[in-house]
Amino acid sequence: MNQNIQVPMSKETARQLHAGDYVYLSGTIYTARDAAHKRMKEALDRGESLPVDLNGIVIYYMGPSPAREGRPIGAAGPTTASRMDKYTPELLDLGMGAMIGKGKRSRSVIDAIIRNGAVYFAAVGGAGALLSKRILKSEVVAYDDLGTEAIRRLEIENFPVIVVVDSEGNNLYDTAAEKYAG
Amino acid sequence: MRTVSVSEITKNVREMCIEANYFLSDDMKEVFCEAVEKEKAPLGKQILMQLEENLKIAGEDKIPICQDTGMAVVFMKIGQDVHFVDGSLTDAVNEGVRQGYIDGFLRKSVVKDPIERINTNDNTPAVIHYEIVDGDGIEITVAPKGFGSENMSRVFMLKPADGIEGVKEAILTAVKDAGPNACPPMVVGVGIGGTFEKCALMAKHALTRDLKEKPASSYVGALEREMLEKINRLGIGPGGLGGTVTALAVNIETYPTHIAGLPVAVNICCHVNRHVHRTI
Repeated sequence: MNQNIQVPMSKETARQLHAGDYVYLSGTIYTARDAAHKRMKEALDRGESLPVDLNGIVIYYMGPSPAREGRPIGAAGPTTASRMDKYTPELLDLGMGAMIGKGKRSRSVIDAIIRNGAVYFAAVGGAGALLSKRILKSEVVAYDDLGTEAIRRLEIENFPVIVVVDSEGNNLYDTAAEKYAG
Repeated sequence: MRTVSVSEITKNVREMCIEANYFLSDDMKEVFCEAVEKEKAPLGKQILMQLEENLKIAGEDKIPICQDTGMAVVFMKIGQDVHFVDGSLTDAVNEGVRQGYIDGFLRKSVVKDPIERINTNDNTPAVIHYEIVDGDGIEITVAPKGFGSENMSRVFMLKPADGIEGVKEAILTAVKDAGPNACPPMVVGVGIGGTFEKCALMAKHALTRDLKEKPASSYVGALEREMLEKINRLGIGPGGLGGTVTALAVNIETYPTHIAGLPVAVNICCHVNRHVHRTI
């Protein structure tokens, strides 16, 4: 099923997505990868608030290459999501609505996805130039000193992703390989 | 004796870093085209076509193929009759990387210390492998290596009794574990023999071999073909979302080893297998 989704999205929209759906996202998302997650965790542990309101937002695991003049951003494909697994359940419990990355997630992340009615999307790894063209605007909103690992707010249009883990915990990675094995 | 200014090395390494990150070599493009034809899964085909379009956009719009423009791995084969002048050779290589990554709008992905993790902001230092050979030639290979796939690479210290079946099992285990994390379709570099570090180095070097070039020994060629077929029967597919093209190629290098051992290293590379060669 091909469909266009406005992000951030409602819990109801999230529930309608199923593992294997190919969808196009438009709207606002935020980037965060290893170093930003570590900082957010440290802030939470100190009882401080986070630099972005997590409620319903989509976090994209991505650190771009530098933008050339006249472009909002450089190459901008997904990084491996499992490195964020340690931090993810807490962020989902705090309201994060969805994630975009690539690769497998841990059991505890999938449990937190089910618990919170969230979604894990995969973007195509290594399609950094193509995905860059679907980003209209990029602005650093926190942790500027982390360079490529800073938190950025992105305006995206028709950003292609695939639902890998849906709100019921169905996991495309578990089923897809079996179909073509042998 | 041949005298070469190290500034020549800087200039070439700079250009090679940029070229590698914007354009895939012809052998990679060729196997990509074949992959689109071969893939049976509709979603897998769609992903491969997206990746072909990505390569086109990268070249035309000057956006790196992948945002992970890698840690710069540099292989240098230097003739023993070459005399470098005008400074340190290692500094010259790193200066080429620094200039290439800054001038080429490439991502700075290197941290100064693995624990403290402060970015060096110029992607240096490179990982440089020098080999001294006969003559007065200089061969440089620049292979920027992304870490999505690097993280899924493995070394297996097998026993001689494990034999070739053990080697096959090790390769399949590494590929299965890598799955979607390594951005399939992958290129699989394998080193068999030598010591612990030698097999890892061979696995890395194997990734830089032209995918259309045949290996030196015929049993290695047969093993490469067999493993490519076995890997593609795992069903992992493009993006790990199911399909019949999980790997684009398997490249294997071998070396003599100890009577007590059978080391095997599997260095996994994503479909952005970057390698640029120059002879100076």
